[in-house]
Amino acid sequence: MLELIDTYWLYFLVGQYPDGPLGGLVLTILLSGAALVLAMPLGLLLGVARVSPYRALRWPTSVLVQLVRAVPLLLVLFWVYFFLPAVTGVKSGQASTMLIVLVLFDSVYLAEIVAAGIRALPKGQLESARSLGLSYAQALRLVVLPQTLKNGLPSIVSQLVSTIKATSLGYIIGLSEVSFIATQINTLVFTQAVQVYLILALTYFILCFGLSRLAFLLERRLQRRPAQVS
Amino acid sequence: MIVLDKVNKWYGDYHALSDISEQVAKNEVLVVCGPSGSGKSTLIRTLNRLEEIDGGRIAIDGRDIHAKGVDVNALRAGIGFVFQSFNLFPHLTALENCMLAPVQLKRATKAEAREQALALLERVGLAHKADAYPNALSGGQQQRVAIARALAMRPPIMLFDEPTSALDPEMVGEVLGVMRSLAGEGMTMVCVTHEMGFAREVADRIWFMAEGKILEQATPEAFFTNPQHPRAQQFLSDRRRD
Repeated sequence: MLELIDTYWLYFLVGQYPDGPLGGLVLTILLSGAALVLAMPLGLLLGVARVSPYRALRWPTSVLVQLVRAVPLLLVLFWVYFFLPAVTGVKSGQASTMLIVLVLFDSVYLAEIVAAGIRALPKGQLESARSLGLSYAQALRLVVLPQTLKNGLPSIVSQLVSTIKATSLGYIIGLSEVSFIATQINTLVFTQAVQVYLILALTYFILCFGLSRLAFLLERRLQRRPAQVS
Repeated sequence: MIVLDKVNKWYGDYHALSDISEQVAKNEVLVVCGPSGSGKSTLIRTLNRLEEIDGGRIAIDGRDIHAKGVDVNALRAGIGFVFQSFNLFPHLTALENCMLAPVQLKRATKAEAREQALALLERVGLAHKADAYPNALSGGQQQRVAIARALAMRPPIMLFDEPTSALDPEMVGEVLGVMRSLAGEGMTMVCVTHEMGFAREVADRIWFMAEGKILEQATPEAFFTNPQHPRAQQFLSDRRRD
């Protein structure tokens, strides 16, 4: 197994880069990170729209959320990769296709987390903010959302963990993310499937478990803060 | 200062406020009392449009506040509101709670707001808790911060919606003390409260409500010694038995 790592670690890490497109673990991490960074503001907007007092905002977002949640990610991936270019005439690359799908899914799931958090907050918070003369937007931004995001942190992190794992579906469209690379290595070595996929599993585990732990520590720090006494 | 004219409100078939016509004068301390479900809270919440009304008119300083086109945020900025459940912002310190609205609504710079917030916390006896978060404060302390937060917008009118009902008995006094000192300074106040001692001592006038109507309005002296309406008599004798 050590020999395996010794031979293929760079390929596992970055794919064929710099001779080919960037791939491997680095691509997986970059894709997940970029998806979250793009999906976070989008999810926030969609979440706020989902509980908006204005029907014109609430209805379309509700339709989008229900639609995306009722379809498997893999299917949407197929659509975007095979169907969309046929309609638009623009062929999108594997990485950008994956990113579009991840952002779409993430923002919808994050929107549900945000919307649930807003609904769960005691009504008095919004009321007291409004009674001071703050507008609805100010009350959301300054009073409701800071609390919602803090309370929703565990759900947000588990969404990020899902994102990391979901990148492995890129394998289906030939995206050279880490699972695809592992399969390539397995084909090259041929006799060490158990070892190769064990290393892959461990990699995902370290990434996801590490992230959960990080979030746990962050959460504990946030929780300690409001208990401070002068 | 506040004029109510045939104010009506329904929740479906339920007549929550029924032909309320009354006035509150400038510098007056008014106590609204009555059995639960009588519409007291609904009434006080219509005064800053936390509740809308279905009929009639409410004017503050001559302006119809439920009219179309009224800037509801500007209206509320000029009316302090204190809730039964305090509703402090848990992610902000006591000081930050008192600074948020003045800074955001550009009534003061950060430094001015901070100075004012400290002065207000001092006034409610909590300057030493300025950096404490609400969950580190007792109920009485939270409510006093909530009063300071409302005062930070320098409102000419303060509304109190059962400010002591969620408090342990030993903390009621400190909150009533702050309200008493506000009344002493000539603040126009409308207080929904069950604290009959406070009503008797501090109020200029009392409205007694039941079933969405004001059944009696009188001075505390007259109300407590010689209530006119049978429901008021019943209410007061029930209270005495407690």
